[in-house]
Amino acid sequence: MSFEAPHIEYATLSPLLIVFGVALVGVLVEAFVPRRLRYLVQSVLALVGLVAALAATIWVATDLTVRGDGAARGSIVAEGAIAVDGPSVFVWGTLLLLSLISVLLFAERHLDGGLSAFAGQAAALPGTEAERQASTRGLEHTEVYPLMMFAVAGMMLFPASNDLLTMFVALEILSLPLYLLCGLARRRRLLSQEAALKYFMLGAFSSGFFLYGVALVYGFSGSTHLAAIAEAVNGRIGGQGLLLGGIALIAVGMLFKVGAAPFHSWTPDVYQGAPTAVTAFMAACTKIAAFGALLRLFYVAFGSAERDWTPMIWIVAILTMAVGSVFALSQTDIKRMLAYSSVAHAGFLLVGFVGLHEGGEGISSLQSVLFYLVTYGFMTVGAFAVVTLVRDAGGEANHLARWAGLGKESPLVAGIFAFFLLAMAGIPLTSGFTGKWAVFSSAAQGGAWPLVVIAVLLSVVAAFFYLRVIVLMYFSDPVGDAPAVAVPSILTTVTIAIGLAATVVLGILPGPVLDLAADAGAFIR
Amino acid sequence: MNDFPWLTTLVVLPLLGAVAVMALPRTKGERAATQSDLPQQVALGVSLLTFGVAVVTAFQFDTDASGFQLEETHNWIEAFGAHYALGVDGLGLVLVLLTVILTPVVILASWRDGDRGRWSVNSFFAWMLALEGLAIGTFAATDVFLFYVLFEATLIPIYFLIGGFGGARRSYAAIKFLIFSLLGGLVMLASVVGLYAESAGSDGGPTYLLEELAPIMAAADTDVARWLFVGFFIAFAMKAPMFPVHTWLPDAADEATPGTSVLLVSVLDKIGTFGMIRFCLGLFPEASEWATPVVLVLAVISILYGGLVAIGQRSIPRLIAYTSVSHFGFIVLGIFVMNSQGHVGATLYMFNHGLSTGVLFLVTGFLIARRGSRMIPDFGGVQTVAPVLAGIFLVGGLSSLSLPGLSPFVSEFLVMTGAFVHNWWYAVFAVFGIVLAALYILLMYQRTMTGPVRPGVEGVRDLGVREVAAMAPLLVLIIGLGFFPKPLLDVIEPSVETTLTTVGAEDPAPDVTEADVHAGGSDEEAHAE
Repeated sequence: MSFEAPHIEYATLSPLLIVFGVALVGVLVEAFVPRRLRYLVQSVLALVGLVAALAATIWVATDLTVRGDGAARGSIVAEGAIAVDGPSVFVWGTLLLLSLISVLLFAERHLDGGLSAFAGQAAALPGTEAERQASTRGLEHTEVYPLMMFAVAGMMLFPASNDLLTMFVALEILSLPLYLLCGLARRRRLLSQEAALKYFMLGAFSSGFFLYGVALVYGFSGSTHLAAIAEAVNGRIGGQGLLLGGIALIAVGMLFKVGAAPFHSWTPDVYQGAPTAVTAFMAACTKIAAFGALLRLFYVAFGSAERDWTPMIWIVAILTMAVGSVFALSQTDIKRMLAYSSVAHAGFLLVGFVGLHEGGEGISSLQSVLFYLVTYGFMTVGAFAVVTLVRDAGGEANHLARWAGLGKESPLVAGIFAFFLLAMAGIPLTSGFTGKWAVFSSAAQGGAWPLVVIAVLLSVVAAFFYLRVIVLMYFSDPVGDAPAVAVPSILTTVTIAIGLAATVVLGILPGPVLDLAADAGAFIR
Repeated sequence: MNDFPWLTTLVVLPLLGAVAVMALPRTKGERAATQSDLPQQVALGVSLLTFGVAVVTAFQFDTDASGFQLEETHNWIEAFGAHYALGVDGLGLVLVLLTVILTPVVILASWRDGDRGRWSVNSFFAWMLALEGLAIGTFAATDVFLFYVLFEATLIPIYFLIGGFGGARRSYAAIKFLIFSLLGGLVMLASVVGLYAESAGSDGGPTYLLEELAPIMAAADTDVARWLFVGFFIAFAMKAPMFPVHTWLPDAADEATPGTSVLLVSVLDKIGTFGMIRFCLGLFPEASEWATPVVLVLAVISILYGGLVAIGQRSIPRLIAYTSVSHFGFIVLGIFVMNSQGHVGATLYMFNHGLSTGVLFLVTGFLIARRGSRMIPDFGGVQTVAPVLAGIFLVGGLSSLSLPGLSPFVSEFLVMTGAFVHNWWYAVFAVFGIVLAALYILLMYQRTMTGPVRPGVEGVRDLGVREVAAMAPLLVLIIGLGFFPKPLLDVIEPSVETTLTTVGAEDPAPDVTEADVHAGGSDEEAHAE
């Protein structure tokens, strides 16, 4: 029996390979480069790697082959394991851009006495001599860069997977580094470690669900290839129980990653405990990757079984919007509030997702969700970047009461944050509005009327808690000594500026990005 | 000349002015009174310039033509079918004129009102100018998407104006206002999205242009059109405000500075009634007919409820706010009786109500600033110490109760005629609203202005030159248009004809001449005497 080497399309996969390669080189840097140079080498390496991957993505995007009826472009590569098509490339580009500005947040060292936001020595127990030593010696973990690059690689692979097993591997590649990153905060380490442990436990659990679902679907269809599953689902060859069970279990795993209710309970704890730079990265990029994968899986593999899963997604979408909007009202911590806000956004995205409007006339569901993801990503990274600036003696001042009167203390920072909040609330002339408009329209065209009306009403509740923070910043007086707004280096400034610019431009002239999302076309099968 | 983007200029000029005012050196708090009045002066200058441009624009308007004029249409977001499209018909032009007249008046009258706010004086006047620009844009938008965006955008300046520069409970009032408006706005968003879903399936692809939407909606399913109508109507009823969604207005008017109240009630709330004509009737004529009975009953309830509650108020701004609820009831009545008298009357009413309420709020503001209280029992005998103030207040009050010879009489008379033509029961009930108006205005005047001088009132100075200068244009208009409303009627009538043709109302062409109005006027006068 002869062994045939798998055929890999290196050129088409180059964005993915570059990120993986940079991650591996980063590990080597940790081993061989002297400590004092590591920060510089690692951060530059990560930046250069992401820029190169972005360039490669653009090159791949211009070179997609048209298939079949012209609705979809791209090719299935790596022996059927990966689909590089319009939506994949669109998600890659978005992820890489957001990762780029997130790396800048990772590299920020101006805010906290010349050190990054990451623990000096993660292995040292909190409150011990070892920790103090690590702290006085000015140690810092530069492993965060390769870890982040691995996560980015996993995120890119996840929505491009054309095979359930590849998808599972991608899920693990993106999750494991994130669990670690969550536990690396320099300040409030117990909280951070608790977050990491919770995330890991629940994440491992949800991966288990996902894997079990994969097994059931394999039992139904005899294949893990999305196209083969689609064929089997279309043919309905019996074994309905296996299929429905499989869809349900896979959905649990996916909905956990996107932070949809009732699988959202990890988000507030993890978003609060993780270093804010990691939270920004995770909140934006994980959601984008997971939604990309969710769309591919349900549109391609389970598309013919839509009658079976749309009722479930309807309920999950309503629950997610309601839980996110209502629970955010009662939060006293800014990061927890933003966490619930991201839950609510997941709900709005699900509304777009479940509209199942094919396109042709007006905006397709896929186009609207992809567009919403871009708007959401930039405003989220921008908002968390602002959160890193508001500090007091104990690090970031995350308690909402500490934000009172910020409008007086620092009009610029408060103004920018207020703008991000208005965008999240979906006020016109911000990207949040155009994004919301797009998902609602596609859902309405798909006939999901009741869902749109519920979403609109819950938007009012959501708007209320964003406004509460604006009222607090502008209409209340500071309690005690006001928190200082730290002056960031150019890195955070650039991140915030890019987030702000994207939020403004996508709010006023969303045309080009909408066209890009439309050009992405459909998934290839 | 006609290729010049007049309407864009009208929108952009105040917005640029707002930026300029913010760029001036900031003055705030106690220091503000001693420093230069540069922000005020620049703001006044910009608003006067805008007024000038608007007058020039108005002269380009052809009163014989129907449909939108001075149109500018550019693609904005193609995927959404949204356009940057401006244009005015008679209705739009009248409201744009109202906006540009009231803004300089309000700025002049509010000269010192920004001093004791939470933020700098600059921001007070900058928000006012921003509001002017956005309001003009709303009245001139001929694309539903653009209208929606501007409609929501107007909330931000008014929110900061109420919340930053008002009474003790301004924060509460501002947030209540905002929640109501956002709720209304988002309900409307559902309908805006629905319009997209309808138009995306049409031959020309998605569009939000009014002219292209109207035929699409005419062909649409009746049930769909009715649902979409409901979404728009709820939003506009909240904005207008109509009973039972009016409760935010008294709080907002009570806490805001008088200038803010004028902009809110006289200009912004008109977006509600404007929207009813432009969008509810324009896009969903069948659904509007279908909803008429309910809307008319609500309108009559608003008229009576607003009037009754106004009588019982102790705070003057609250009282004026409730009178506005009553007046907006008249406007909605005029709109939904679906005949030319009603429509011409309602459109004119929007303009006149802006003037009369403007006078009332501003004079009340002068009074409150002098006495330091807004409660009716704290006043008494003001006319002996401040005769000019009391006199202007009386004119404002009389115009609010539609005394013949003053401009609101013409519009109220037309609305009543329209109601009679439609179904005289509505008119019978609405007449009680006019009686109530006489009660609440005259009782308030009697309690505050006449009688012995109350302690605390002795020190009330009479109006200064600046204040009289601010009020003069409004008084001139109220009296002038009372006797000679023809220029406005000429502007309004063609647009009313167009709307009524859309609705399909079978009605003789509008035939309202000065003679009619004066005949009516002299009759009533005879009665009064």
